[in-house]
Amino acid sequence: MTAIDPNPVIVDPTPALQLDSVRKVYPTGDEEVVALDHATLTIAGDEIIALVGPSGSGKTTLCSIAGGILSPTEGTVVVAGEDITNYSQKQLTDFRREHVGFVFQGVNLVPFLTARENLLVVDEIGRRTGAPARRRADQLLEELGLADRAGHMPAELSGGQRQRVAIGRALMNDPEIVLFDEPTSALDTKLGEQVMELIRNEMKSRSIAAIVVTHDERMTHYCDRIVHIVDGVLSN
Amino acid sequence: MRLALREMRRRPGQFMTAAVLLTLISMLLMLLGGLLDGLILRSTGAIRAQRADLVVFSATAEKSFLRSRVTPETRAQVEAVPGVTSVGGIGVTQLGARVPGNGPRDLADIALFGYQQAPNGVPAPPADGEVWADSILKDNGVKQGQTLLLGPERSPVKVVGFVDDVSYSGAGSLWGNPATWRDVQNANRPASSVAPGVFQALVVRTDRSPSSVADAIDRATNGATGTVSRNTASDAIGGVKQQRSVFNQIIGVTLVIAAVVVALFFALLTVERVGLYGVLKAIGARSRSLFAGVVAQAAVVALTAAAVGTIFAVLLDVFLPPGAIPYQLLPSRVVISAVALLLAAVVGSSFSLRRVLRVDPASAIGRAS
Repeated sequence: MTAIDPNPVIVDPTPALQLDSVRKVYPTGDEEVVALDHATLTIAGDEIIALVGPSGSGKTTLCSIAGGILSPTEGTVVVAGEDITNYSQKQLTDFRREHVGFVFQGVNLVPFLTARENLLVVDEIGRRTGAPARRRADQLLEELGLADRAGHMPAELSGGQRQRVAIGRALMNDPEIVLFDEPTSALDTKLGEQVMELIRNEMKSRSIAAIVVTHDERMTHYCDRIVHIVDGVLSN
Repeated sequence: MRLALREMRRRPGQFMTAAVLLTLISMLLMLLGGLLDGLILRSTGAIRAQRADLVVFSATAEKSFLRSRVTPETRAQVEAVPGVTSVGGIGVTQLGARVPGNGPRDLADIALFGYQQAPNGVPAPPADGEVWADSILKDNGVKQGQTLLLGPERSPVKVVGFVDDVSYSGAGSLWGNPATWRDVQNANRPASSVAPGVFQALVVRTDRSPSSVADAIDRATNGATGTVSRNTASDAIGGVKQQRSVFNQIIGVTLVIAAVVVALFFALLTVERVGLYGVLKAIGARSRSLFAGVVAQAAVVALTAAAVGTIFAVLLDVFLPPGAIPYQLLPSRVVISAVALLLAAVVGSSFSLRRVLRVDPASAIGRAS
């Protein structure tokens, strides 16, 4: 059950993500490992892209830079119109909390919190808003079909339900972009497709951009565009 | 912070080991503190009870009653010092007392005081040959109306009543008039007899700054006296400083152990939480608030332990037979022990700071849980 916003969504012309010639180099001993090599990528405000590549190709690094976890060695990173290239760790932490959503591989819910509390964590780690956050959490759980599971612990939920809680958590801060790290890797084909459909519906209905990291080619048709990455180099 | 406290409510078992260890440590702290206070109070009661600001010893006595002698001439000089409002002579003799009817082991350690100014809780000096007895002597079978035989000469004194919290150097005290004291002293300690009018020390009250009056007294007697505050006099009683320093060292080591226990426990817990912290940092939690959560959890464990320790201390106070061990429950000691334990826990938990700071939010991405 997806609530359709009665008001037509005005598509934000600002791109959700602009990577311009981004390089990321890790020093390892005397040598340097180039994890991302002059990557240039623009994602529109409500675009969903699939980021596909073998392990070690730089997917994680790209996601971390796009999500404001890592700073690039070279190039510029603009997320939701905000140039975060030279942000300090603290600024990046605050930026992530306000503007980016994450759905981690293996879901990574807080094991001792109920589904609803896992959503409210997002509010509690920042400036707490209290009642509005609780309303938003209830609304998201309702939309994600989890209203009757709100008081359950992650261990009492099925894999698909946990995945939906994680999506709810990623949407709590009303992000401009959501990063999905292998969202279907732990699910069978049927459940994986359901989750991808849900991701697409949720993102599109809210005009939120998304990067879906996957190496599962079966799931890529739910995305608007596929970006391949090999050895740190992007190709469409 | 809320997250950390909720974790404690939802998973109390995780913190059980630390809580049990800290509770045992807290009980030990309370016991040690109670013993220290008990020992010190039993040593110093007779001096603490003095209604005096200053105690005047002879200069060469080094604050020891045994070595000190104050003559009537010196006393007159002290009484003439401006600011001195009252002067009372005092003397003490430590002896063994035979308690009739107390079986074969009828010997009790006593300290016989001769006094002029009644201390707190002690009535005016009784008639010759009569004494007020320290209530802890009841444990030795001393009863009102009984005649005790003091020292090798078996000098008789009759107990006419009991007084509380006036022990001296661990022994129960007896309080008689100066003549009674001199008779017993001179009979049993002929080598250090005291002449009429001579006391071991003077207790002095003043309406001015005690330290300046103390200086004035020592000047007025041309350096024949050493005048100290009542607290200094009670600290000078044999063993008081040593007991205090030994116990404080043991208490200090116990607190260090508490800090180490907390440090180790929360270091382990933090290692277990690296994944969770990575996720929380990735979604925007600051290291500071995660670390505050660790400290808050350590504080809750410490306060729980302190609460159980306090209950233990109260139970000890209620159920320990009087006179069994010198244990004294003081509210200030309980509060100090609890605060010290809390500080030890906070210090211990802060060793996890580096580990929390080092967790990389990037670790949350590209990794299955």
